Amino acid sequence: MQFLADNFGLLWDAFLTTLSLSLLAGLLALVLGTLLAAARVSPIPPLRGLATFYVEVFRNTPLTVVFFFMIFGLPQIDFILGFFTGAVLSLGLYTAAFVGEAIRSGINAVSAGQAEASRAIGLTFGQSLREVVLPQAFRTVIPPLGNVFIAMVKNSSIAAGFATSELSSLLPRLVNADAGQLTAVLLGVVIAYMLITLPLAFGVHRLERRVAILR
Amino acid sequence: MTTPVLFDLPGPKARTRIRIGTVIGALLILGLVAVVLIRLAGNGQLDGQRWAVLFDPRTGVPQTLGRTLVNTLEVAAVGMVVATVVGLLLAVGRLSDHRAVRWVVGLYIEFFRAIPLLVVIFALYFVLPKYGIRPSAFQALAGGLILYNSAVLAEIFRAGILSIDKGQSEAAFGIGMRKSQVMTQILLPQATRRMLPVLIAQLVVLLKDSSLGFIIGYFELLRGARSLVEFFTPRFGSEYTFQLYVAAGLIYIVINVVLSQVAKYVERRTRRNTKTAAVKDIALPADAPMGDRSATSAT
Repeated sequence: MQFLADNFGLLWDAFLTTLSLSLLAGLLALVLGTLLAAARVSPIPPLRGLATFYVEVFRNTPLTVVFFFMIFGLPQIDFILGFFTGAVLSLGLYTAAFVGEAIRSGINAVSAGQAEASRAIGLTFGQSLREVVLPQAFRTVIPPLGNVFIAMVKNSSIAAGFATSELSSLLPRLVNADAGQLTAVLLGVVIAYMLITLPLAFGVHRLERRVAILR
Repeated sequence: MTTPVLFDLPGPKARTRIRIGTVIGALLILGLVAVVLIRLAGNGQLDGQRWAVLFDPRTGVPQTLGRTLVNTLEVAAVGMVVATVVGLLLAVGRLSDHRAVRWVVGLYIEFFRAIPLLVVIFALYFVLPKYGIRPSAFQALAGGLILYNSAVLAEIFRAGILSIDKGQSEAAFGIGMRKSQVMTQILLPQATRRMLPVLIAQLVVLLKDSSLGFIIGYFELLRGARSLVEFFTPRFGSEYTFQLYVAAGLIYIVINVVLSQVAKYVERRTRRNTKTAAVKDIALPADAPMGDRSATSAT
């Protein structure tokens, strides 16, 4: 325990790194994912094609490969990102594909009458999507979206392999500590992850009940 | 997508607008591709000779990539088989009549689903040696994949078993079968058929996760590409670096796309099958969606 107290600063910094990495990547994923979902139902064929292509590619690429390209590949064509920026981009771009799929399934779940009614009162595609369809779609996909974000927090651990000093990276970094100390760190890391994921799951549950639409 | 409900069948004006949008969109995409190509060509990354190295056996590149591909598939295969068996046992345990068994198995499942897979792998690779057990990178990776995925698969199996109509097991008990017989002869065969698409989707996720071996130094595809780069760099500078990375990444993507297509094919077949057609969507464990859950539920 003494060891943990001595290294509390290290654990705290790593926790904050994981937290900010998750927040920034989550924000990126939410914005990009919404745009992707909108593009996939849009009347313009190239947009639909591009969004479908994006989602298929990212869903079929291991996240490690995305990180690998961002950190080792891009510098080869002279895009040099910092490790943290690279991590945020990798995690955000990857998760956006899953967010996009979740929101699209929500859009499909909004009954056709809603979209027809909004068209009938003269709303354009953009207006009916913004004012009528998306607000309802978001409400129905809160549970799956929550799962995507919880999985994203866990996936942020992969940044440990690419020089971001977040929670998981503490284990290889403190590997010279003795058995009890390293086990304590492992416990600390596990608890720290749960400090993020459990409140997130709880919040999602609350939000879900609060905004649920009765049909 | 079926019929578009968000926009009307376009009239003449809208068609013109859509055409303009199409042209602008296509131009933007082409522009993006052009920028990337120019960037690549500017660095000489598109030279045929730079790519030829990938297929030239004299350089040892195809051999190394092939060997690392085998390593990747090997750890994934071990993980898939063992995790499926363990997952099945866990699912049965979770549905056990004995409260203690249910409780312990439930704790195991919830614990391993709650923490990142990489932390499990790190725990096996860095913490276990402190207690005198030294797993190799292969064992640590396979162990992590098994521990984590068996928990996820257990939830999938459990959902499948619970989705079987109660009358099935009641009838089986009624003709005097024992618990184990009901499970192995009545429930599991039906559940497996229903779970197959989700099961395959999760196994694709397992294959994707095997790339985590890169981080602990298991000699899988990415690590292979990286070691080739480290071998070439002192001799030729970074001439072949980009090509090697692209090759490794592409192989991963191609395998995963192929497996995902298999999963979709199986799902379509399952849906056509009259024995399973009436099944309603089976609730999935919380962390399945990062895999291909949307492929099975978004339609």
